[in-house]
Amino acid sequence: MMLYLAKDKLDVFFEKASEKLNVYVPVDNTNGSAYRKWTPGTVVSKGLHTTKSAKDFFFPQTENLVEFKMSGKAIEIIDPRRETEDYAVFGVRACDVRSFGILDKVFLSDPVDTYYKNRREHGLILGLSCGRPAETCFCGTFGIDAAEPMADVDFTEADNGYYIKANTEKGEAFVASLGDIFEDRDAAPAEEAKAKTREVLKKLPLSNLTTDGFGGDKLDELFDAAGWADLSEACIGCGTCTFVCPTCQCYDIRDYDTGHGIKRFRCWDSCMFSDFTKMAHGNPRLTQKERFRQRFMHKLVYFPANNDGEYGCVGCGRCLASCPISMNIVKVMKKLAKEDSGK
Amino acid sequence: MQEVMKKRAIELLSDGTVAKVIGWMPGEFSYDMTPAVFTTAEEIESNFVYNDFCGANVSKYVMREQKKASDAKILVFLKPCDTYSFNQLTAEHKIVRENVYVIGVGCDGMADVEKIKAAGIEGITGIESDGDKFIVKTVYGDETIARADALAERCAACKSKKLTVYDEIIGEDGEVVENSGRFDLVAKLEAMSADERFEFWRNELSRCIRCNACRNVCPACTCEQCVFDNPKSGIDQKAAADSFEENMFHIIRAFHVAGRCTDCGECSRVCPQHIPLHLLNRKFIKDINELYGDYQAGDDTESKHPLTSFTYDDAEPSVIHERGNE
Repeated sequence: MMLYLAKDKLDVFFEKASEKLNVYVPVDNTNGSAYRKWTPGTVVSKGLHTTKSAKDFFFPQTENLVEFKMSGKAIEIIDPRRETEDYAVFGVRACDVRSFGILDKVFLSDPVDTYYKNRREHGLILGLSCGRPAETCFCGTFGIDAAEPMADVDFTEADNGYYIKANTEKGEAFVASLGDIFEDRDAAPAEEAKAKTREVLKKLPLSNLTTDGFGGDKLDELFDAAGWADLSEACIGCGTCTFVCPTCQCYDIRDYDTGHGIKRFRCWDSCMFSDFTKMAHGNPRLTQKERFRQRFMHKLVYFPANNDGEYGCVGCGRCLASCPISMNIVKVMKKLAKEDSGK
Repeated sequence: MQEVMKKRAIELLSDGTVAKVIGWMPGEFSYDMTPAVFTTAEEIESNFVYNDFCGANVSKYVMREQKKASDAKILVFLKPCDTYSFNQLTAEHKIVRENVYVIGVGCDGMADVEKIKAAGIEGITGIESDGDKFIVKTVYGDETIARADALAERCAACKSKKLTVYDEIIGEDGEVVENSGRFDLVAKLEAMSADERFEFWRNELSRCIRCNACRNVCPACTCEQCVFDNPKSGIDQKAAADSFEENMFHIIRAFHVAGRCTDCGECSRVCPQHIPLHLLNRKFIKDINELYGDYQAGDDTESKHPLTSFTYDDAEPSVIHERGNE
């Protein structure tokens, strides 16, 4: 048996949930979708992915870390941190759910990032199984099952409703707190829907992409691979891939001159930018080739080297869909693997 | 067309006319071509591709390749709209024209996979052109979509199918399109109240993630160091520290390319957040046309652009001031 929520009850669910916490749902905008706070009347996007990933909830693109206000010779130091209110994010796909674990490894290992931790602890993730994966999807390459997001609570669409499964204590407590809005039903339709999704996954064009040839021990083979020059040739050095990526976690800390002090803010940074590694002595990454290489080496070699073999990519496919020149991690993996096997 | 282009590229490489060829290489899904530089006949034979999804404007790559080696002879295939950018870059001394062999490629508009996806077609594994429609193979079955419905927005409002610069032509040269309708949306925005217009742009620009794709792809953005990357400028932010910054980045950029923007539409094509950035540029183009007479940047390499040349017929500042109060 499984908990079930009829589709026409989804708004009741959001309403009940909103009494307890802020609920964010994907909402369509011009040619894409983004998370918005649910209010009565909000229409949930039927799309596969939000244009940007869900990482903003824990690691926003810009956040003020501290503020200094000058008046005469006095400097007032303002700590903008506030305890985050509880919130839930609905509609998170399996790839994005996995990405949070990757971000945790970066931000929650010593020294713990308290800004991130605050938001992470107050967030409840409501996962949504994929029904119609796209050609750009390759989560299976990283051992992710699009049919089982493994969020705090998973929603699986079937039988004109959602089958609900709590995977964590936090998720169980949340489901229990909503009381009787769910009904008990036989779980067979949910299992059927998942099986159907897995059949589609097998047919996807990137379903046979593997991580063979990559990993923490491949530094020497890959760093000087000949392929980087061709692969990076057309790169325009923008930050699109890094900013739509659910796992890219590099940031910069800058001071914004307010005229009467500064706002010290943290913002997403991109290894694709020409000033990314600029230091007092200059920049060790002189051309786009080195910057481009860094991004993929980080995901496919350095990250697994430092994190028990876990890759820094979840195969969501956002970079495939949004790169201005259609260069991406899949093309990189295929070309380098081919080059490697040709040796 | 692809085969004719390949044949000419190989001929021009083999007889030594050029040393490099700028074109496209294939992708994973038949719609995701990447601009590429070829130096051998073998590479072209095996990896050169040209189809309805080669929308990227490759003019700026000519500049990039010439920066690496200014005397290398380069063959580039340019669509009509790309030729305007190429001319503008030549006029601004960013491209050495003598070292480029331009093959103009006739164009009836490029397809945009975003339009196909927006029509609800998912899981695309292949796209075949079939007369006035595309047959789209997907993991969920075959679909068809009319070519007109898959046409990129910018191509649906194409300003010109005329090749303004070429050494030879493959396909058919075309004409400047009268009544392209490209200013329709701008006129709609002009008709709004200031508050409505502000609301429109805040809604659009608030999605900006400062990835800089619009700037980096823009053939008119050729500064050695952008003001937004210069730590001494005081505005070198990577992200918006507040909404003012968010607005200003795009407005300043539009001002900076005013009179030089050829309306190629690359800014909006590459925007991962689908912000209609080209509308800012089109507003400037429309204003220039109305205040200084019709002008198309990149039409040729000789004419001075209206914002950098003085004539007695120029609009008086008062006219512009009054327009601002409308």
